[in-house]
Amino acid sequence: MKAQDEQRKLIIIGLILLVGVVFIGRLFYIQIIDKSYLLSAQNNVVRVITQYPARGLVYDRHGELLVYNEAAFDLMVIPSQVTAFDTLEFSQLIGLDRAEIKDRLVKAKNYSMRKASIFEKQISKESFSFFKEKLHKFPGFYVQSRTLRYYPTRIAAHTLGYIGEVDRSTIDSNSYYKSGDYIGISGLENSYEEYLRGQKGVKRVLVDVFGREKGSFQEGRFDSSAVKGQDIYISIDAKLQAYGERLMTNKKGSIVAIEPSTGEILALVSSPSYDPNLLVGRIRSANYQMLSDDSLQPLFNRALSATYPPGSTFKSLNALVALQEGISTPSTSYYCQGTATAPIKCSHYHSTPLNMYRAIEISCNPYFWQTFRSIMVSRSDIHDAYNIWRKHALSFGFGTRFNSDLFNESKGFIPLPDYYDKYYGKNGWRAMTIRSLSIGQGEILATPLQLANFASIIANRGYYYKPHLIRSINDSIPDPEFREKVVTTISPVNCQVVVEGMSRVMDGPEGTGRWYRLEDIAICGKTGTAENPHGKDHSIFVSFAPKDNPRIAVAVVVENSGFGATWAAPIATLMIEKYINGEVKRLNVEENMVNSNLINP
Amino acid sequence: MAGLYLALVLIGWINIYAAVYNEEHRSIFDLSQNYGRQLVWIVTSMALALFALVVDAKFYNAFSFIIYLSMLIILVAVLFLGTTISGAKAWFQLGSFSIQPSEFAKVATALALARYLGTMDINLKSFRTQMNTALIIGVPIALILLENDTGTALMFIGFIIVLFREGISSKVMLTGLCLVILSILSLWLDRLLLIGILAGIAIIAIFVKRRGRTLKRILFIVALLVLAIGYVFAVDFVFDHVLEPHQQNRLNVLLGIEDDPRGIGYNVNQSKIAIGSGGFFGKGFLQGTQTKFDFVPEQSTDFIFCTVGEEWGFLGSTLVVALYVWLIVRIILKAERQRTSFSRIYGYGVASILFTHFMINIGMTIGVTPVIGIPLPFLSYGGSCLWAFTILLFIFIKLDSKRLELI
Repeated sequence: MKAQDEQRKLIIIGLILLVGVVFIGRLFYIQIIDKSYLLSAQNNVVRVITQYPARGLVYDRHGELLVYNEAAFDLMVIPSQVTAFDTLEFSQLIGLDRAEIKDRLVKAKNYSMRKASIFEKQISKESFSFFKEKLHKFPGFYVQSRTLRYYPTRIAAHTLGYIGEVDRSTIDSNSYYKSGDYIGISGLENSYEEYLRGQKGVKRVLVDVFGREKGSFQEGRFDSSAVKGQDIYISIDAKLQAYGERLMTNKKGSIVAIEPSTGEILALVSSPSYDPNLLVGRIRSANYQMLSDDSLQPLFNRALSATYPPGSTFKSLNALVALQEGISTPSTSYYCQGTATAPIKCSHYHSTPLNMYRAIEISCNPYFWQTFRSIMVSRSDIHDAYNIWRKHALSFGFGTRFNSDLFNESKGFIPLPDYYDKYYGKNGWRAMTIRSLSIGQGEILATPLQLANFASIIANRGYYYKPHLIRSINDSIPDPEFREKVVTTISPVNCQVVVEGMSRVMDGPEGTGRWYRLEDIAICGKTGTAENPHGKDHSIFVSFAPKDNPRIAVAVVVENSGFGATWAAPIATLMIEKYINGEVKRLNVEENMVNSNLINP
Repeated sequence: MAGLYLALVLIGWINIYAAVYNEEHRSIFDLSQNYGRQLVWIVTSMALALFALVVDAKFYNAFSFIIYLSMLIILVAVLFLGTTISGAKAWFQLGSFSIQPSEFAKVATALALARYLGTMDINLKSFRTQMNTALIIGVPIALILLENDTGTALMFIGFIIVLFREGISSKVMLTGLCLVILSILSLWLDRLLLIGILAGIAIIAIFVKRRGRTLKRILFIVALLVLAIGYVFAVDFVFDHVLEPHQQNRLNVLLGIEDDPRGIGYNVNQSKIAIGSGGFFGKGFLQGTQTKFDFVPEQSTDFIFCTVGEEWGFLGSTLVVALYVWLIVRIILKAERQRTSFSRIYGYGVASILFTHFMINIGMTIGVTPVIGIPLPFLSYGGSCLWAFTILLFIFIKLDSKRLELI
């Protein structure tokens, strides 16, 4: 080996040894001589506290507050930081027995030693202030504040929806949510979750070994403050909504009111309902169980999710299709032989023949069977004719969802021709086979929302805006689609014919709704009495008012109560009167409706 | 050497277990946790070690360039097909686990370097050889830098030790050192201040030796000064106009010019607290609070030494440092007794790489070297680095065992 190589080898080995010695010296210094590191370690328990933002508030169309927040406090625990403590004193403070405390600690440990879990949800303000003073005695425990929803008006429970803890699958798929966070589960709370929730913040506080806070960690360098959720203004008219809920007392069914010129939903009543304050905080799960066990299904939002045969209200649609396809004119007349008519008898006594206006006014079954039959035989193949009819129905929003901001809409049902092919064979069905469709019976199903939108389309003479609940967030509407006109397949002229017919329902001498006509408001309506497999007929009414420049379209369904004219019509006209006049003069009608108990008569 | 290797790997595994230990997954064999997976890596590493021992010793010399070139191709491929993990596009994703080719590039480069410098009649004093050597080391560095895996790329600087041993002239080393220092200074200091300092040094150099103050000497110093100033401008130009903003950031953070947004300073502080609180005997196995409460980031990978320091105290950490020093010095001593240049140079390559990682990694956890995200050989969690270091070491063990047959 050359001398130089030998020398360099020694230099390299020397370098390695030097680094080793420096390291050991440095370790000796920081581990043994300098005690400040040991001290830092003791003061170095960082507690990450989530700052929950206040959720956005909800106001009605006139700025009335529907949902606000109240502070609540959760007692949290980090098992790995818990040391032995006086369980007796603890149990007195928190109001739980000692076995329960032990149980919960074990549960928290099973969830995680290092991560905080909720020990007791929503302790009262009193026990919080009491607890705060003694907290240093219980290392590992601390209080986390968060907000709870509160509903001052107690109305529109289904529409507003409720919040609850996020489930596992949401946590896994969305990194924003952590276990124990709240999320909108139904209704608007769900549809506008991203606006309402705000932005969580974190605060890191240094805590010593006794659990005492020693100030913020690294001067708050890693902290972020919570951003309050955005307030939303919804289209519901709180007064009208409350009135509708009152009218539906002790009845099963729903009311949907829409402003035709915007598609904004003014009232969305599903009865029976519940007090939204029941589904808040600690009492939520017990109450939820109670409500979901109720045979009347108060949690079910009938206005959006229930589907009914539309009954005679659908006759208007058959009239529109016949007019649009040039199969009928307003003066087209058919004979009616009353109860003796085949295949569908008439339940009304009237002179005959009658034209389309009178047929709507009286709701003459044979007339609309003839109309429907004419549509179905207008093409050589019934499939073609049926598809034309179906196309018009779909353009009105039947058989599909609007997919706006409504939670849990049902599609309703307008069968495809295949549906009948399957039942009767490809060539096995004719107009006669599906005759029930002429009077809104048979297979077809519609939601109250779709019926109200149907009324809204006729009110607008042929178009609609997607029914929706949001009015504004930060002075703007989040989805511009809600401002886009949806034009149906029916022309304004043809709509006007049906408008006249529906006007006569209220004002005509033989009108099925004439008992509830109003002196000062020109209402257009159509009664429906829907046969169904669940008992008595559903009472249905679709309407709008005033006849010119309509301001409100209303659909009412009262389940298993009888004729459309008996229950749905008065309720719908009361809603119209309340909305347009601001007060109701027909107090006897109102009282009669409010006091009628159709559930347990 | 294999015994030292086993000891380090075992210490690593135990400390990874302690670092990520939690009540929910008590079993050290739990495959959902890092320590469970590390066991898989250890077992597969043993298989690789065995493989490295079985392969004919002549293979490594004969195939070194082929291995090296294939490695370069893989490094290029990862630029296009790789996945990005924590900012570096340096990984191949294969199902649930990923491979980092840049770790293996160290082995390939050590082999190629040994082969090239081991050739007869090579003279590290010739410019041509110096350039070729720079290429062998520089190309993988460039590719790894492009992957944004700065830490791994920096480790290649360790090969300077090999060149030093193989007789590169002190002047070249000195010049290189000066250029590195000058580069850092030109980023660190204000340009005018730096030029002033350089001018000051030049003036002192001219006046300090009265006797040798010839015109030739003065001209030489002035020329050097002009070159140095030109170099300073060049560095600034490259930094401002050639580098991407994120690369500038990395350099700034590395040199401590900028307060780091990702909290590297925070890491070092926490790491020192963890190690410092260990005391003489340590807090005991699984008793560390600092590493338990997630204060120290990357506990099972880059900062694994914190767990050693906290739970095993001064005793344990000194032992680990001593094991490394012992292993590296042993490799050097064994390298010196090789009969072929190839084996000797490769041995130095192994020692250099291990030493660089050891120095930078442990240095950063106790706050004496800058924070560079590189693993501690054999101890840190991670499949690619354990595999690569195992192969690196066992190739040398094989070469050493056949030293009498290799000529």
